[in-house]
Amino acid sequence: MFNGLTLGALLVLVAMGLTIIFGALGVVNFAHGALYALGAYAGLVAYEYTGSFAAAMAAGAAFLLAVGIVIERGLIRLYYERPAEDQILATFGVAIVLVEGLRAIFGGLARNIPAPSWAAGIVNLRVTLYPTYRIDVLAIVGVSLVALYFILYRTRLGLIVRAGIEDQLMVNILGINVTRTFLTVFGLGAMAAGFAGVINAPIVTVSPDMGADVLVQSFVVIVIGGVGSFWGAVVGGLIAGEILSLVAMIEPAYSQVALFATMALVLILRPQGLFGVEGRQ
Amino acid sequence: MSLLEVDAINTYYGEAHALFDVSMRIEPHEVVALLGRNGAGKTTTLKTMMGVMAPKSGAILFNGLPIGGLPPYKIARLGLQFVPEERRIIGGLTVEENLVLAGLSEAKSWEPQRVYDMFPRLGERRRSRGRELSGGEQQMLAIARALVREPQLILLDEPFEGLAPLIVQDLLGVCRRLAEEGRTIVIVEQNVEAALSLAQRCYILNNGHVVYEGTPAELRGDPDFMHRHLGI
Repeated sequence: MFNGLTLGALLVLVAMGLTIIFGALGVVNFAHGALYALGAYAGLVAYEYTGSFAAAMAAGAAFLLAVGIVIERGLIRLYYERPAEDQILATFGVAIVLVEGLRAIFGGLARNIPAPSWAAGIVNLRVTLYPTYRIDVLAIVGVSLVALYFILYRTRLGLIVRAGIEDQLMVNILGINVTRTFLTVFGLGAMAAGFAGVINAPIVTVSPDMGADVLVQSFVVIVIGGVGSFWGAVVGGLIAGEILSLVAMIEPAYSQVALFATMALVLILRPQGLFGVEGRQ
Repeated sequence: MSLLEVDAINTYYGEAHALFDVSMRIEPHEVVALLGRNGAGKTTTLKTMMGVMAPKSGAILFNGLPIGGLPPYKIARLGLQFVPEERRIIGGLTVEENLVLAGLSEAKSWEPQRVYDMFPRLGERRRSRGRELSGGEQQMLAIARALVREPQLILLDEPFEGLAPLIVQDLLGVCRRLAEEGRTIVIVEQNVEAALSLAQRCYILNNGHVVYEGTPAELRGDPDFMHRHLGI
């Protein structure tokens, strides 16, 4: 139950970046899992230099913000007008380059960032004993989501992003340079993925392929929750996390199956996703 | 100098030639009606003016500045504003957010309150989401959203389409008021009578060609011609 919450919280963070990028830019970002892995490695390097987990978190987020901006300017922006297949191929290509680059530099062996000292140990939750770090993850993700919520719902940028998710052309007609907003959106999305990579690193192991499963699960999250929806990503992520870990307790082999079955069910009953809006353009 | 000068533009939808050497000029403070049957190229003309579509050849001058082929946001910042037929209210944003969004890139943009003074109905619904509004309210908001930017030229695409007669009367009143304030408007409308009652001049398009330019009175004096090109 609590494992599901932690896993779900991380999925929320990764899926949030994915859904905002897809919603606003219309780009299915297959490099998102690789960005997540890159974030974890950036955190790893920073941790090995400084020994500070906080520095690792900051490095993962900052480095990925920069990487996101470079990728958007250098590549993705050339693909906005192209068909979805081209975008998928391009972002998939980025993913391969990043993952193999990580393998070339760090080797394929799994590495680890230990949980920070302030979060070591175990908490007695009365019903169960639980690693402190996992509780902290919930708090960290919670704070990040509040920050993201604030950006999306209380700032100019957020207003433009929310409007752009629905109708890019109209936002453009209203005098707003949408492509410049895209840059920020892509950077923020990449940053969320990188940040999630760092905070998940003490729970899982850091390896170049660590993003693959997360990417697929995040896609499922946004399909369940509804593309481009903040609350959709939150609720979808928590549902997915619970399904994955509860089913895994009974029969691990079926946890992914159960996740996809849930997605299929949502698609049948509510094709636009739980929080999606029908007929978005 | 004309406010807007369209000089022999040709616009295509992919391979399909939609506008053929279309020329027109819009003077400051006048209301110009753009008439014609479905598919005559009226909306395409407005979209090309706004930069939603790029002309393949020809020039568009706004205050003497060439704007043909510029992206919509640059044209909007120069003072043109397009109110699309589908209204394109951002459904997930509230009425007020839609208005704020419209004003973001314009230094002299209106405060929402000024809109509510003009359209009390929108004031009552300021917290409602765009998708919760009725068709008439959405159209009001679409026009208000353009006004917020204090544009020099408003391009209205079928503002009365699909609305109940009573609401059309309301909106017609709004348009009349805008005209009396001296705003420059190009209006495309299937409701020919409504459009002619507002306009000082009109153009008729047929199959992408301008086939008529004149005043509403002159046009009314030629029922045969009206019948041939407008089907009335």
